[in-house]
Amino acid sequence: MILSIQHLYLLVGFILAVTAVMTLADRQHPKRYTSALFWGIYALVFLVGDKLPPEMVGVGAIGMAVIAGLRGVGAGKHREPTPEQYQASATRLGNKLFIPALAIPLVTVIGTVGMSHIKLGGTLLLDPKNTTLVSLGVGCVVALALACWLTRETPVQGMRESRRLTDALGWAVVLPQMLGMLGLVFSDAGVGKAVAHITTSYINMDIRFVAVAVYVLGMALFTIIMGNGFAAFPVMTGGVGVPVLVGVYHGDPAVMAAIGMFSGYCGTLMTPMAANFNIVPAALLELPDKNAVIKVQIPTAAALLVVNIFLLYFLMFR
Amino acid sequence: MPTEINLWPLLGVAVIIAGFVLRFNPMLVVIVTAIVTAFAAHFPVEKILATIGTGFIKTRNLPLIILLPLAVIGLLERHGLRQHAQRWISSIKSATSGRLLIVYLGARQLTAAVGLTSLGGHPQMVRPLLAPMAEGAAEARFGALPDKVRHKLRAYAAATDNVGLFFGEDIFVAFGAIVLMTTFLHEAGIDVEPLHIAMWGIPTAIAAFIIHAWRLRRLDQALARELDGAAQADLSVATAVPAKEGR
Repeated sequence: MILSIQHLYLLVGFILAVTAVMTLADRQHPKRYTSALFWGIYALVFLVGDKLPPEMVGVGAIGMAVIAGLRGVGAGKHREPTPEQYQASATRLGNKLFIPALAIPLVTVIGTVGMSHIKLGGTLLLDPKNTTLVSLGVGCVVALALACWLTRETPVQGMRESRRLTDALGWAVVLPQMLGMLGLVFSDAGVGKAVAHITTSYINMDIRFVAVAVYVLGMALFTIIMGNGFAAFPVMTGGVGVPVLVGVYHGDPAVMAAIGMFSGYCGTLMTPMAANFNIVPAALLELPDKNAVIKVQIPTAAALLVVNIFLLYFLMFR
Repeated sequence: MPTEINLWPLLGVAVIIAGFVLRFNPMLVVIVTAIVTAFAAHFPVEKILATIGTGFIKTRNLPLIILLPLAVIGLLERHGLRQHAQRWISSIKSATSGRLLIVYLGARQLTAAVGLTSLGGHPQMVRPLLAPMAEGAAEARFGALPDKVRHKLRAYAAATDNVGLFFGEDIFVAFGAIVLMTTFLHEAGIDVEPLHIAMWGIPTAIAAFIIHAWRLRRLDQALARELDGAAQADLSVATAVPAKEGR
């Protein structure tokens, strides 16, 4: 293939390296050196991470966590336009401002749906395993070109803006990846097996309704701990779903899988471990309470879990 | 039954819960949890470092979706994208924050259900467009908003994107989760049609829409109560028209 996810890693590595250099050059930055070091290590993870020995990357990840934990990552001073300038520019450009913003999803969709089999000179244009992400990357580059043309700015200003927003997000940008790593450590260390062992040995599942409730709530609870419904599904379905709901009570496995995974998603809505969906948006939207998005989601998720228990109970044993 | 199950790695679960409850820096909590868990599973030091390193490299795809759009979004924000989004929504007279988010919820679910999951997202849709529009719609009705209300509307915008995405994408047959479920069940000796799993997701998806849309209508009512007694009358007339909740 011509464009693969490796190119995106290099692109992101480049953006982060520029961020690190800009931070280092920013004399007014309150945490100039530690912030530059943080973004510098992160840039290396993307640029050469797969060529380094994994132990060294591990040390780097621990180093980044320590810098973040000691409050070493801060935001620089960014010159923002005045409210009048914002309004004047909004009036001047009007609806045209929507064009580059909507170009990102549009190009991504076109790439995902229409370009996945296109070949140039016998090789696939886009990485078949990561079509969506690669299309998103192409979409962002196209949108950046459109935005520069529309606003008469240079790509360098684009890098400055990228750094401003990365600064606003701070270490929260890295948290999803840290949690993804933790999920892999958990599965290597056998946390899933231990949890499944405890739930199946200490709860009486002779009553069908109890078994259904254990499966639904277990999916949610395990997702809350792991931050990912995909990690919970094999554990709960292997521990309770297949042996009890299908094996003992002969329920429909398709219903079990569908509603089980959705119960896991209810857990995703309630946990800070799903940082990509819950913590990063709070940082992106500049909310003072990092758990504000979770707090809004809990009532929806809890109500839906109750609905799921009854849906599974009635639909699985039709 | 496996004879020996090592329960010590559960210590990691305790550490992460304690860390989040005591509000330590999440990055530190996560890394300490990883070390404690690996240590409890009797990994030697080099293996602990290597496991952390390998995991960190394998998950590099996760931040791409956040980091890649930032340059474009930042550039457009510098030229008034958020201000324009607010102005645009306030020109639609019937728009309220709740109704806007209900429409978005339905659209997000339907598009995700046909596989178009990348039409939304927090960096490229919620921050530059949806959240400013939700704020703009409320501002057009009630005037300047206190920060507390502003933050609440933003949190609702982010939550609505999540609910719409989660309870739409699983209805799409080619979605990764469906593949994961059929593969796992196949290995457990049960063969299930992917289409059946997708189909049986629909009742929950409809329930998710009804529950969240109902909460968004309540959000409108709460805004009216909190911000403006005079606007209450206007809104109650509007909400007396039965909302279409079917899809």
